[in-house]
Amino acid sequence: MPDQLLYAMEVSLNGLMAGIMYSLVALGFVLIFKASGIFNYAQGVLALFAALTLVGLQQGQIPFSHVINAIFGTELHSFGWTLPALVAIALTALVMVGLAWLIERLVLKHLVNQEPIILFMATIGLAYFLEGLGDVMWGADIKKLDVGLPQGISETIDAITFNAFGYGFFIDRLDIVAAVVAALLVASLTLFSQYTKYGRALRAVADDHQAALSVGISLRFIWVLVWSIAGFVALVAGIMWGSKSGVQFSLSLIALKALPVLMLGGFTSIPGAIVGGLIIGMGEKLFEFFAGPLIGGATENWFAYVLALLFLVFRPQGLFGERIIERV
Amino acid sequence: MFYREAGDFKTSYVDDSQTFPIRFDRMRYYAVLVLGFGILPFVMNDYWANAVFVPFLIYAIAAIGLNILTGYCGQVSLGTGGFMAVGAYACYKLMTAFPWMPMPVNVLLAGLVTAGVGVLFGLPSLRIKGFYLAVATLAAQFFLVWLFNKVPWFYNYSASGQITAPERTLLGVAVTGASTPAWAKYLFCAVFLFALAWLARNLTRGTVGRKWMAIRDMDIAAEIIGVNPLTTKLSAFAVSSFYIGIAGALFFAVYLGAAEVGEAFGIQKSFLILFMVIIGGLGSIFGSFAGAAFLVLLPVLLKNLLVGGLGWPTDLAAHIELMIVGALIIVFLILEPHGLAQLWRVAKEKLRLWPFPH
Amino acid sequence: MKKTFTMLAAAAIAATTAAPALADLVVPNLSYRTGPFAAGGIPYADGFNDYFTLLNERDGGIGGEKVQVPECETAYNTEKGVECYESTKGQGALVYNPLSTGITYQLIPKVTADKIPLYTPGYGRTSAANGKVFEWVFNYPANYWDGASVAIKYLLDENGGSLEGKKIALLYHNSAYGKEPIRTLQELAKKHGFTLSELPIDSPGQEQKSQWLQVRRDKPDYVLFWGWGVMNSVAVQEAANIRFPMDKFIGIWWSGSENDVLPAGDGANGYKALTFNGVGGDYPVYADLKKYVFDAGKGSGAGDAAGSVIYSRGMYAAVIISEAIRKAQEIAGTPKVNAAQVRDGFEALEITDARLEELGLKGFGQPFAASCGDHGGAGGAMIQQWDAAAKKWSLITGFIEPDHDVLDPLVAEDSAAFAAENNIAERCN
Repeated sequence: MPDQLLYAMEVSLNGLMAGIMYSLVALGFVLIFKASGIFNYAQGVLALFAALTLVGLQQGQIPFSHVINAIFGTELHSFGWTLPALVAIALTALVMVGLAWLIERLVLKHLVNQEPIILFMATIGLAYFLEGLGDVMWGADIKKLDVGLPQGISETIDAITFNAFGYGFFIDRLDIVAAVVAALLVASLTLFSQYTKYGRALRAVADDHQAALSVGISLRFIWVLVWSIAGFVALVAGIMWGSKSGVQFSLSLIALKALPVLMLGGFTSIPGAIVGGLIIGMGEKLFEFFAGPLIGGATENWFAYVLALLFLVFRPQGLFGERIIERV
Repeated sequence: MFYREAGDFKTSYVDDSQTFPIRFDRMRYYAVLVLGFGILPFVMNDYWANAVFVPFLIYAIAAIGLNILTGYCGQVSLGTGGFMAVGAYACYKLMTAFPWMPMPVNVLLAGLVTAGVGVLFGLPSLRIKGFYLAVATLAAQFFLVWLFNKVPWFYNYSASGQITAPERTLLGVAVTGASTPAWAKYLFCAVFLFALAWLARNLTRGTVGRKWMAIRDMDIAAEIIGVNPLTTKLSAFAVSSFYIGIAGALFFAVYLGAAEVGEAFGIQKSFLILFMVIIGGLGSIFGSFAGAAFLVLLPVLLKNLLVGGLGWPTDLAAHIELMIVGALIIVFLILEPHGLAQLWRVAKEKLRLWPFPH
Repeated sequence: MKKTFTMLAAAAIAATTAAPALADLVVPNLSYRTGPFAAGGIPYADGFNDYFTLLNERDGGIGGEKVQVPECETAYNTEKGVECYESTKGQGALVYNPLSTGITYQLIPKVTADKIPLYTPGYGRTSAANGKVFEWVFNYPANYWDGASVAIKYLLDENGGSLEGKKIALLYHNSAYGKEPIRTLQELAKKHGFTLSELPIDSPGQEQKSQWLQVRRDKPDYVLFWGWGVMNSVAVQEAANIRFPMDKFIGIWWSGSENDVLPAGDGANGYKALTFNGVGGDYPVYADLKKYVFDAGKGSGAGDAAGSVIYSRGMYAAVIISEAIRKAQEIAGTPKVNAAQVRDGFEALEITDARLEELGLKGFGQPFAASCGDHGGAGGAMIQQWDAAAKKWSLITGFIEPDHDVLDPLVAEDSAAFAAENNIAERCN
């Protein structure tokens, strides 16, 4: 096979893998949008907060130590323990549930029945707040996140493709893990929403708030539930991206990578988030591969959006979004 | 007591439909003008101009622009930073290509160029709606930033891609460049803001504005009663981009003096201005002022209070500042979901009856 | 609500007008301990503060005058940078060091108008090395073009003096900062006959797969790297992932700190980076720092950064600034110097090996002497290499001189363009 084709195949494969990483972030958006019609601007910050908490707990950092030291002149830094990764993840998940409860209690409860744009704005406030809180709790320096995920080139794929084509493909093992995790996540979310009581309640609320309320489903509980799940998804995304780049402020910017995915897949569809991610990931990487050298590179950021925009012109509700029916 | 209509008789329709029909309100408006143009420029120093007033004025222009599009016409846009960049780069190219051209002309032309680009990126709005459109405008944001970073012609082939505003004078006083006096910067921007706000206020009261609002409230219904969605939406994009382009030109030439596209006009700017519009109040010119003031002044105030007043370490202060801004946004929303403008309206209503509310 | 607001406003006004006692020397520290680049900003600011604290505690300041270092948070944001500049300017600031290329470009016209020196060691506008045009800006000991040239010089040494037919890739932060070395490298490519490929990465740079796949396909002999923030650690990680030989991967001085290599673990072993200052805690000055600053509980920040690369660089900036102030005091004949006198101090500054040794920093920086026309210093840099097992950087070369034959015309050309745009007449003739 010609080299160019092989390279293109490698690039596409890597694009698919990158797409999965975007999907992990996009999933959180979809969950909340579906259940409550809120476009959650804070999802990226949520991922950052989750990752910060995870690292902090794992390494036994004392939360707010910076403030405490500044006020009392103490020199507190660490509890001096190192938790096993799984325990730390479980504890962080608990923190995220607590956070979801607080968000419902303090913010959402007071904003029931408001217009989407106002709820969107509340999440902006939340994003500011969590960003500050994360820094105050755990400090703004860069942190290494290590929960034992493998990284680096996958030997197996390298060997297989080398034998088949005479050119070994590069696939990051972390990306493979991410793909597996994403598959598990989607499968369990689907199972949860199809076969459990709360899952059904969730779907009922997504379909129609009023009707769900009238059959006795507690909207407030559902909101806590869905924000908890979104928090957990954010934790997963935070772990994946954090393992890749370390944990610090920029982690919250991964939300920007998820927006074109959302747009393309539709704001309300979980499979859409995955398929959208795959298309965006592969599209932007292939475009960079073919057109990048001609027009100067670094095209990925805008191309993802342009690609999504082109899709939208033909399908204004995204690939899998609910059809927009307008009545006068 | 204040804002009383009683005794304020109107004898003509023109009087009756003026912007500030209540005398007290009118007086207050003139008082603000006197303060803004007659007093502030004389007491202005570098710090107040550069850290507070000039950014406030420029952001207010941008917020009015975005409010026209989002608040009046209902089209959510996240391309503001990109459009500001168009204004800034157009202004830079005009300033360097035609050194004799007066600065106000440069700024207005930069606004016109931006209006053209805005219309172009407004075309998808005919198909795409709501949050989908918001995300679609991000395509404009990222593409424009990439373009200005990549094509050397835009930054006159300088080594690093930074653009720097050369000094230009107006009536013998420098208005751009480092030796500009504080009051000149302030006045230059204030005149633009005043003219544009006046224009926006009157546009939104007239036919054009009513068409925009019809489209916002229900586009299909608007179409049925004879509002052309194509021209209406695109005119909103054009006018809005014109404002934003002017804001971008002023932001670069008068306020910063040098800019780098990714840093000065990145996605953060788009979000910031959208926040101003929403916090201030959608569909309100006053709201644009209030939102800009809130997000420009509050961080500066908090910083001075926490670092200067209480002597906290700067990093802690910066983090706490974020938390306070975030919490305040949420508190305001819970108290009054329709933004600062609505808060103001309610306050006016209260003042009308004060001190005898019954 | 209204009442609290007025109170806030009153407090803020009071705060802005409360200037420090004018007798002190004021050196503002425009730092960033928040935002996307906080990981680099924190140790730099700590090193900067700690050195001045040391001078105050040990020597009672400079020439008997205490030094005040008011800190102002910029978050690497140009607008906040302007606010910080304006708010500290009135306190009698003697020199600015904003650690941001963007803010530097903004401040160059402002400091020129306000007559305050701007000191940008190893960053900022490269052509400011030409003191004939940039009267108020100093960027010694080295700038980005020096860095690019030093890296190529080092590679020349590695390859027996010839880079003919070699492929070198430049991986850069897609911004003013990252684009700086391109011109120089293109000139050097012409001169030495290597091919240069340019791979931009958009900020913040968490996703670099395309670029590294391209590196893997093209198999360049060397990769040069101009990154900052999270981009650094991701690049090191990706290089390790594709098994790029780490000793052929060379970063600029802002891409070679502990933060950048630690996340990649063992994979980062052998990564090289330039540096224009010494690193590590072995210098005698640390004994004093420990005694007068850390143990006295007066250290800046968390105190865990001492001796790290970026901390040392912050300290280096403080050392040079304090020496310039000392020089200014000597010239002016009074310990109470103003900004214009400090500028003269910067211009007459001479750093010698002997002086560095006196300061307890033997071999910490390259000796240089500034002059009216030369604000750029000698431009030499060292190569440091990361040892993942020992978790430390070690210097593997001495100072390497850049190729002045190539650089000087470029500096002259760029500064002439600036002079023409802004109607500046050349000085020093």
